[in-house]
Order: sequence, then structure tokens, then C-alpha cells
Amino acid sequence: MNEVFQLCVVVGILTSAIRLATPYLYAAIGEAFSQRSGVLNLGVDGVMLISAFASFYVLLNTGSVWLGLLAAILVGLLMGLLMSFISITLKAEQGISGIGLYMFGLGLSSLLFKTMIGTVKTVTGFQPVKVPLLGDIPVIGEIFFHHSLLVYGAFLLVPLAWWIMEKTTWGLRIKSVGQNPAAADSLGVNVDRVRYFSVCLGSILAGIAGASLSISLLNLFQENLTAGMGFIAVALVYFGGWKPVGILWGALLFSTVNAFQLWMQVLGVNIPSDVAIMLPYILTIAALAFAINRVRAPAALNKPFERGES
Amino acid sequence: MTPRKDEKVVRAKRLDFSSLFFNSLLPLAGMLLALLIGAIMLLFLKVNPLTAYAQLINGAFGNVSGLTQTLVKATPLLLVGLGICIAFRASVINIGGEGQIIVGALAATWFPLTFRTWPGWALIPCTLLVGFLAGAIWGFIPGILKARLRVNEILSTVMMNAVALQLMNLLVRSVLMDPAGITSGTYLAQSERLPEQAWLTRLVPQTLLHTGLLIAIALAVIVFIFLWRTTIGYRIRAVGFNSEAARYSGINVPFYQALSLTLAGGFSGIAGAIEVMGVQHRLLEGITSGYGFSGIVAALFGGLHPLGTIPASILFGALLVGGDKMQRAVQVPNSLIDAILGLVVLFVVGSALWSRRWAARRQMTAARSQEEQA
Repeated sequence: MNEVFQLCVVVGILTSAIRLATPYLYAAIGEAFSQRSGVLNLGVDGVMLISAFASFYVLLNTGSVWLGLLAAILVGLLMGLLMSFISITLKAEQGISGIGLYMFGLGLSSLLFKTMIGTVKTVTGFQPVKVPLLGDIPVIGEIFFHHSLLVYGAFLLVPLAWWIMEKTTWGLRIKSVGQNPAAADSLGVNVDRVRYFSVCLGSILAGIAGASLSISLLNLFQENLTAGMGFIAVALVYFGGWKPVGILWGALLFSTVNAFQLWMQVLGVNIPSDVAIMLPYILTIAALAFAINRVRAPAALNKPFERGES
Repeated sequence: MTPRKDEKVVRAKRLDFSSLFFNSLLPLAGMLLALLIGAIMLLFLKVNPLTAYAQLINGAFGNVSGLTQTLVKATPLLLVGLGICIAFRASVINIGGEGQIIVGALAATWFPLTFRTWPGWALIPCTLLVGFLAGAIWGFIPGILKARLRVNEILSTVMMNAVALQLMNLLVRSVLMDPAGITSGTYLAQSERLPEQAWLTRLVPQTLLHTGLLIAIALAVIVFIFLWRTTIGYRIRAVGFNSEAARYSGINVPFYQALSLTLAGGFSGIAGAIEVMGVQHRLLEGITSGYGFSGIVAALFGGLHPLGTIPASILFGALLVGGDKMQRAVQVPNSLIDAILGLVVLFVVGSALWSRRWAARRQMTAARSQEEQA
């Protein structure tokens, strides 16, 4: 009996871990595209918030999860264009403009939530879909193959992003403008256009990350729904060494610790919940401290490109 | 060749006043643009922007209570902003204001409650110092991680914010919880009231305005002297201006980056201490009111200059107070102000390009006229 219970707990933790990794994966892989092209977008959390609100609002009013997702993508694109214009065309200090984008997203999503919805409501978002055959495997099937489409999408994004970065001309261009924009420019690559593309792609993925929270995992919206998840996603990019697979491990590690923490509270393990919530953040700091020296950041990260500069 | 170069420097200095004017005009233009977009949002929410903004101005400056409230909110903004000036001048991005305020407030709650018999003249300076030290430790940790292990300070300070928040939640529900709340069974998440001699004196009776404002302004002058008149301040600015050049001239770059982050944390810590000692007189949840972020806006708006941050803090204090009034009068949530603050940041850092180009063009015309004269 006891063994069955333990198995249930382990399955529960791992299933939650897979689900919780979803927003981190979308946001962090998107941020990896942005950073690989040389733009640090710190406003991920703000993009996630506005998109989460937009998709929730559209779903609430139309009943269509797909229209909700589309709204998140559009809002993500708009926020990406704003960030691109400020940090690429106007060559602003990226770390600070990202904070501006975050504050804007936080303020606007709270404003719209308070005026257009008012109270916390729940919706029926993306439903879990059992994968045929694989979902029937005992234990494994339950952990990996009983999730909503957005969860599967997040994990499929990992090989897709790897393929784009390593095997396509676009990936090469993105990496080259992040590594040596002057050289890329002299070879005829339009640095600004590639960076616009990467930041907007990253921002769209951040938008999907927001939607995955509000219309798939939690099915609700409230003020500051993300509670800093976007910043952790940025940290995961550093942790994962700017590579999709590295980000996958980071996201899984983080979400497993988080799921463990949630389950400890459910089981009533006697440690204060505040300490438990603190753990993943301390873990992130530690992970950054140990991971950062393994790989080098894109050489032109955080540096606006100006033609004619040495 | 050499004398001509020197003349160019002199020429540029003479034009300093107009560049000061131009540099303060750009943020104001950014502010106006942000308010304009805010007005469009108000129209979208079917509120007359003129009525709303009239309420905002009236709330912030219309009477003694509003005016003093504005100054009360300007105080923590200025203190956080001073720390931001030091950090950003060293090219260290400190996003950890929120966490540093929290630990400063925690320390400034614990200290007077422990040494409650001390007289005010000893208790107040010591509590401020303890608040400074707590914030400084919270800035030192990401500082040393950056210096030794090259950990990105933007990320580590954000993580430190989350840790500080949970630390406060933990302490305010356990060892620091108000005993009165425990005996009466309300279990409010707040600390006991500080002993009265630890309160900062009220400057205007019947209002919240307290001596913290004077402390903050005095510190602004000190930070100005520190950054522009001392060797350490010079080195901090040199590190931020061009870290490679600073390294070649023998400046220990990581040390000064860690130092500037530690000092920035200390100033945010004082902000937290002053919020506890001057306004709330106890620790409660939400003590930061987002000052850790809005302080960044004030510092940027003030051109990362300690003295420029003074009027900028008052302006943003007014915006926050006016936003509350607007919320009551025309039922627009004050989140609108947060969104506007975000836009101000975007526009101010975005407009830096023009400020740079303008400076470059001025130098070129100055050099050209020199050549013509020669």
C-alpha cells in the first residue's frame, strides 16, 4: 500500500514537472533566438503577462482556444516590434529597455484586467489529449502522454529550434549577427532585419508561453499571473548555454524542483512554504554561478550595431 | 595638432549649458509622449483624458495633503534612484531594488524592536545604518557573483528579489509577527509597532511628511560629491564609461562593479528603513510599493545624476499620488500609472540616440569652425 502511494507521489511530481516546464520552454527558447542574434530582451515577463491576458480575454468572449492562442501570438508580435524598435532602430541600452517593456506589460495587463474583467474567473482552456498507444503505457504514459496540445508543442519546439539554429541558413544568419555583426554586415546580411526577426520570434514564443499559463495550465487570469517566470526564462537561457537542449534540461530541473515543492506542501511536509518557494530561486542563482563559465555568450549580446563602428 | 585638440575641449565645455538643456528636454518629451499614449488608453476606457489628468494634477499638487504625499513618495524613489545612479554609472544594471528595500525594512524593523530601550538619538542613526547594511549585503551577493564568477547581475538581482520577498513573508508570519495579533487571534501579517523614539519626526503636523526627505536630499548631495569629486567615484564612472580602458589604466574593474552594486543595495536598504521608520512605523506586506522599479525610472529620468534625480523623484512621486487620486475620482485603476512609467523608460532610453547624435554633431561643427579659423 505504502509503495503504491509513493509511486503515486512520484508520478504526480513528474507529471506536474512536465506541465510546469511548458511556459519556461516557450519563453526561454524564444529568448534564446533573441539573444543569439545579439538582443537581450528582459521584457519577456511583460510580454507573457499581456499575452496571457489577451488569450484569456478572447477565450472568455469567443469560447475558442485557437482564437485565444492567435491573440497571444499577435500581442507577442506587437510587443516584439516595440522592443525591436527601441533596442535595434533606436539602439537603446537593452537591459533597461527590457525593464521598461516589463513595467509596461505588467501595468497594462493589470489595467485591462481590472477594467475589462474585474474578478478572477476560470475558463475551459486546452484540454489534455491522450496520445494513442503511447498514452496507454502504464506510468510512463501517464507522466508524458496525457497533456494538452500546448505542452506537447513546447517539447516539440526543442528539436525544431535546434534544427533552425544549426541546420538552416536563417539560423546561421541569426548566430552570425549575434557573434560578429560587422562581418555579417560586410557579407551582405541585413543585421537589423535579422535582429528584428529574432526578437519578434522570441516575443511571439513568449506570448505563447503566457497563453500556456492562462488558457492551458491554470485556465485563469489574475494580476501579475506570471510572478516573474519570464525572468527565470531569461536565466534559463544562460543556464542552457544558449542551446535548446541545454534549455530543456534547465527547464526540467527547475520545474521538477518546483513540482517537488508544490507536492511537499500538498503532502503537508513540515517546512514553511516560504522556504519551499524560495528554493527554486536560490537554485537558479547557484545554477547561474556554476553554469556561466562553461559556455561563452554571443559576442555581440547587449551591443547595438552601428555601421562604421570598429 | 595638440593645441587644437585642447581648444576643442574648451569649446565643448562652453556649450555645456545648452547640452544640459537638451538632455533634460528629451526625457520631458518622452514623458509627454507616454502621457499622450496614456490619454489614448483612457479614451479606449471611455474616460475623458482631460478630466482624468486634471484629477491627477489636482491630487498631487492641489492641496497640502497631496503635496506632502508627493514628497513622501518621492523620498524612497530618490534613495533607490541614488543607488541606481551609482550602479548604472558603473554599467551595472541593478534590478534588485525591491529585494534590497525589503531586507532594509526587515533589518530596520528588527533592530528597534530588539533595542527598544535606546534613546532616539542613538536608535535612529543605528537603525538607518542597519538598514543600509542589510541592503548592502543584498547588493553585495550579486556583486561578488558578478566579480568572481561573471554571473549576470540582472538575473541574480531579480532572483534575490524573489528570495527577499519570501524571507519577509516567512519572518512577518513567525518571529516578527505582532504579538497583539497573535493574542487577539487576527494573525495579521505585520510586525509590532516600532517604539516611538525610532519614528522619524513629522515635518508638517497632521501629514505624513517626515525628516526622511531631508536625509534623502542630503544623501543626494553626498552621492554627487562621491561620484564627481572622489577617486573611488571617478573609478566607478571610468569602469562604466569604458571598462576596457579602465582595465588598461590599472583599475580593478570587477572590484568597482561589485562595490557599486553593494552601495546601490545599501541605498535601497535605507529606502526600506525610512519607509518603516517614517511612514508605516511597522513592517507589513507590500512595503516596497514597487519603488525598486519606479526608482529606476526616476534615476534614468534624472539623467543618472544624483541632483537631477531629486526633481525626477518628485515628478514620479506626484505621478503615483495623482494616480491614486485619479483612481478614486474617475475609477481608472492606478495600474495605468505603471504602464505609463514603463513607456517613460522605453522612450527615455530610446531617445538617448538623439542625445548622442546631437553631441557628436556639435563636436563636429565645433571642430570645423576651429579649422576654418586656423
